[in-house]
Amino acid sequence: MKDIQLKANPFSMQLNAEDFLPASSAEKEQLNVMRESTTYWKDAMHRFSQNKVAMVAFVVIIIVMFLAFVVPSFYPYQYDQQIRGSEDLRPMQYSQAEQQTIAAGKSVFPHIFGTDKFGRDLGIRVLLGSKISLLVGLVASALVLLIGSIYGSIAGYFGGKVDLVMMRIVDIIYSVPDMLIIILLQVSLKEPLNNLIANNPAFAGLQTVGVGLISIFITFSLLYWVGMARIVRGQIMSLKEQEFVTAARALGASNGRIIRKHLLPNCLGTLIVMTTLQIPSAIFTEAFLSFLGLGVAVPMASLGSLASEAVGGITSFAYRLVVPSVAISLIILSFNLFGDGLRDAFDPKLKK
Amino acid sequence: MTKYVIKRIGYAFLTIFLISVITFSLMNMIPGGPFLSEKAVSPATTAALNKKYGLDKPKYMQYISYMGNLLHGDFGLSLKQTGRTANDIIFSTFPVSARLGGISIIVALILGITMGSVAALNRGKWGDSVLMVVSTLGIAVPSFVVATFLMMFFGVNLRWLPTMGLKTPLHYILPVTTLAFYPMAYITRLMRSSMLDALNQDYIRTARAKGVGKFSMLFKHAMRNAIIPIITYVGPLLAYTVTGSFVVEKIFTIPGLGREFINCITGRDYPMVMSTTIFLAILLVFMNVIVDIAYKLVDPRIKLK
Repeated sequence: MKDIQLKANPFSMQLNAEDFLPASSAEKEQLNVMRESTTYWKDAMHRFSQNKVAMVAFVVIIIVMFLAFVVPSFYPYQYDQQIRGSEDLRPMQYSQAEQQTIAAGKSVFPHIFGTDKFGRDLGIRVLLGSKISLLVGLVASALVLLIGSIYGSIAGYFGGKVDLVMMRIVDIIYSVPDMLIIILLQVSLKEPLNNLIANNPAFAGLQTVGVGLISIFITFSLLYWVGMARIVRGQIMSLKEQEFVTAARALGASNGRIIRKHLLPNCLGTLIVMTTLQIPSAIFTEAFLSFLGLGVAVPMASLGSLASEAVGGITSFAYRLVVPSVAISLIILSFNLFGDGLRDAFDPKLKK
Repeated sequence: MTKYVIKRIGYAFLTIFLISVITFSLMNMIPGGPFLSEKAVSPATTAALNKKYGLDKPKYMQYISYMGNLLHGDFGLSLKQTGRTANDIIFSTFPVSARLGGISIIVALILGITMGSVAALNRGKWGDSVLMVVSTLGIAVPSFVVATFLMMFFGVNLRWLPTMGLKTPLHYILPVTTLAFYPMAYITRLMRSSMLDALNQDYIRTARAKGVGKFSMLFKHAMRNAIIPIITYVGPLLAYTVTGSFVVEKIFTIPGLGREFINCITGRDYPMVMSTTIFLAILLVFMNVIVDIAYKLVDPRIKLK
């Protein structure tokens, strides 16, 4: 097209020929005012990644998970290993035996947070405690999610009398003071569960989890799902009036299929947010119970029981209290902020 | 309204019935009777004791007689503190806990409402940010952490405040701070958002336009509506205070019902555990009924079902 070279005459109405060249694809792109269409998920992820506080919380959670689940497998000490002669060491201090080993030219892994009065390394015990806390949080919220979403969706979908009866049950469980019942269950489930595990080889696998943790899970699946059930029910009730449900029903989909394939996927955002916000509350409860001496059994450790053990020696070994306390507050705080971030990302209308 | 009140009270009784059944059956699930002791007791003695306390009867009969006594205000006996009835223990320790809890609830409400309103009025400024950071932290830190840290700094390191018992008003400062910390943070957040909602309403703009002063606008117009969500939180707040008292009374060695309850649990005094649970449950359920009714009374816009 270079051969078209017309000299521009300032006095003529002659048009610039270049203006009439076909637009290049880059120029066409400029005119495109429509943004690339995004899905609900992409949109939520984008909003989430813009939220600095939530991203920091997310990174903290990843780091804590790495420390709690991966690091203990190659940590040089065991949580129940009692090192003779290394009792009551201060952070980064070595016992006499260990100093001799160092003098002999071998390296000894330092006790980063010192040791307790039985010579157990506090560093690994805090890591184990975080692992227990995270496990409790994740498993308990998974149970709550499972029970709450099934119960809530059945009540919301069928409505009428079914809904009335099911929601009355929820109301009653809701007004039961949960912490009292949890403490009761913790007290009374211990021995029956111990007997069950001892007498029944099929349940021997549960021994490794520990009776304390199992009763925490049982209590959570008995009492804590009601909040989830209420919210899921509300969502399902508004969703089931929509056309796509009518269409699915017209095509002959069964009730179960409509709930599983059409209604629950549409509540997924809410479910994720609710489950995430359930995690810190489960961790909180476990720490509370362990602090009162009702949680995991010795020599296992959870952050609550570590803090509880440390209260006795608060005057001379304050750091023993500080380390687990900071760890638990950090975990709860980051899950709270992460959950808030998810809520804002999935449902910007709720943002306050 | 009367219908609503009757309905609520009916559900309250149903809930208490459920709790009593759960408690009774859980306590009976624990293997070993109450007369199992280190000393060898002849079967005849055990049988006589069982007969005396009605333990030879079927379980449902035991439940009925227990509930019958409860309706007469008799909570039964303590297993470990021989010679003391459960009534004696509960009613001698409960006032201590009630005073501590009551003060904490009032402190949490006053501070939370004030801080929330201040944050809402200074939205986006540094005061708001500081209050929000504090309240976010307040929600994340468990009460036992708050308690032990307060004890460490003000009791052990600085030696400003006493950390044991409840003898003088000074003794109340640390336990009340601990108990009020979490609800205060929660109320601050709740109050901030409901205050922002209220301040954005048209009637506030109208009030400002006709020349109502800032002070009067806040207290006479905005506060009335903003405070309603706080009333709904009073129910959970009561429950939190009861459970929080277990930890706080344990840490600060306060002779209240919370510490008694924990001692009963660790000492395996099952009849006392059961009586205390039922007592606290009745208390909480009825307090919740009162809160719910108050909520309906305060806000006439809420339809009565």
